[in-house]
Amino acid sequence: MILKLVFENLKHRPLRTALSVFLIGIPVTLMLTLVGLSEGMLAETARRARGVGADIAVRPPGTSLLSLSTAPMSQKLLDKLRTEPHVALATGTMVHPVAAVTMVTGVDLDEFNRMSGGFKFIQGGPFAGPEDVILDEFYARQRGVKAGGTIEMLNRKWRVCGIAEPGKLARIVLPLATLQDLTGNTGKLSQIFLKVDSPGNVDAVIASLRAQLEGYPIYSMEEFTSLISVNNLPELKTFINVMTVVCVVIGFAVVFLSMYTAVLHRTREIGILKSLGASRGYVLLIILIEAVLLSVAGSFAGIGLSYGSRWLMMKLIPASLTQAIVPEWWPIAGVIAMAGAALGALYPGLSAARQDPIEALAYE
Amino acid sequence: MSSPSSPIIAIRGLRKIFHVGKVDVEALRGIDLDVEPGEFLSVVGPSGSGKSTLFHIIGGLTPPTAGTVRVASEDLASLSDAGRTRLRKTTVGFVFQKFNLLPILTAGDNIALARHIGGNRGGETARFRGVLKLLGITERLGHKPSALSGGEQQRVAIARGIVNEPAILLADEPTGNLDSQNSQTVLTLLRDLNERLGQTILMITHNPEAAAYGHRMVNMRDGRIVS
Repeated sequence: MILKLVFENLKHRPLRTALSVFLIGIPVTLMLTLVGLSEGMLAETARRARGVGADIAVRPPGTSLLSLSTAPMSQKLLDKLRTEPHVALATGTMVHPVAAVTMVTGVDLDEFNRMSGGFKFIQGGPFAGPEDVILDEFYARQRGVKAGGTIEMLNRKWRVCGIAEPGKLARIVLPLATLQDLTGNTGKLSQIFLKVDSPGNVDAVIASLRAQLEGYPIYSMEEFTSLISVNNLPELKTFINVMTVVCVVIGFAVVFLSMYTAVLHRTREIGILKSLGASRGYVLLIILIEAVLLSVAGSFAGIGLSYGSRWLMMKLIPASLTQAIVPEWWPIAGVIAMAGAALGALYPGLSAARQDPIEALAYE
Repeated sequence: MSSPSSPIIAIRGLRKIFHVGKVDVEALRGIDLDVEPGEFLSVVGPSGSGKSTLFHIIGGLTPPTAGTVRVASEDLASLSDAGRTRLRKTTVGFVFQKFNLLPILTAGDNIALARHIGGNRGGETARFRGVLKLLGITERLGHKPSALSGGEQQRVAIARGIVNEPAILLADEPTGNLDSQNSQTVLTLLRDLNERLGQTILMITHNPEAAAYGHRMVNMRDGRIVS
């Protein structure tokens, strides 16, 4: 019967109900979008790293898993690594930022093609000159450019020589030497990839390199891609935790206001319930159930809206931000929304429960 | 429950003082009253005479300031807020001037809600089905209050008031919002409930004609029973 009363109340004020559901859905969407972005960006990074086709990655000392904004390694190191036992192929790349989350990567295309199997071009083809750029499909779509067109970047115009399928190292690829010279990093590399003669030798090569190159993070690609997760990035984890708290606070505030107003509107109803013998607990339960139902509906709305935010990002900035759908976070976001809603409903609920029945019945 | 020979409502020296800002308003100034089980008592008096306050105290909606009030053997002066809530749930039923039905629920659900609050989870009893028939609202239970006439709403409110078979039905100006024809219907129904089911009824009214439906009438003025 309580559920019926709650449902009828929600139905009786559809605008308030819809608005509350929507507003509770917003922090749920926010949380799912941010977590989805974190997971999506990391998964995309890992996918592109796997697309290199290497067995081992050698990174400069002091670098984190994701940051490679400088090129501190000498190209001579690459030459040395080529001579290591069991190293079949070696190639170096250079990474340089062009926007907040957008990087360009310089590659030696011949070496890179030998290691990765080469780009699969949808339009155009490989570099024909030093001022050519290869874009992946998403970035080309985001910039609205086709093969043969030009894009402006790093204060100059580049000819788009080819548009390739995504998933190989980077979204924007320049000739290595050009990028090195342009950024004052001639002869410098950001990262070195190695392919060994047999998968069984990967561990031995890594052990040997670690012994020789103290302080250099050296990973098997399997290890490297598995490390690219939220759990290994404390800053990202903290960020998600902060956002979770923000979501609880927003959910609390929305439900507090909504239920506070509802209780004011329903003063007479509460008086009637009390005259019928409803206890404080009964009245509080009605308010809490209503808040929980709103939060459940808000969670579903938030999940739906997170698909909307992903669609919007795919339409507007497919190359810059990749949002994953994170079903494992749906119950977490739902529980967080519910906790915020229950907290927000507590004070209005207690106020309702404490109302004097005579005053409540006299309320017009 | 009271024994048949003892009053179901026994009030001695009842006083009620309301604190309005810094002023004390004495609404009841020493009431003595007995109501026998199965009695239909009318309480009449002008506005401000204290009859509604008496109604609220007997119904457990507010505690007395002094004196003793025994309702179905419960001493209301010693009851906590939870105890008064229990009294409203099990011992008294209310009928209000403004009907006080929940507008979002159908007539049937208004009655079902009272049953739920009263802790009755089973279906309607044969006795209650008979009451619904007597009240003539069986066909109107699926409608919301806004689709019912004033008389129908009040009959639903009466059904709700007695659905948990309370020892006492308290009716506060039950015909105050009704035209004369509906007033007569409601008053006749209250008298039928009293006569057929032995329902104890305490009715507050301004109207001497309505008061005449009771077995006995007490007059209140300035917080006292004057006759």
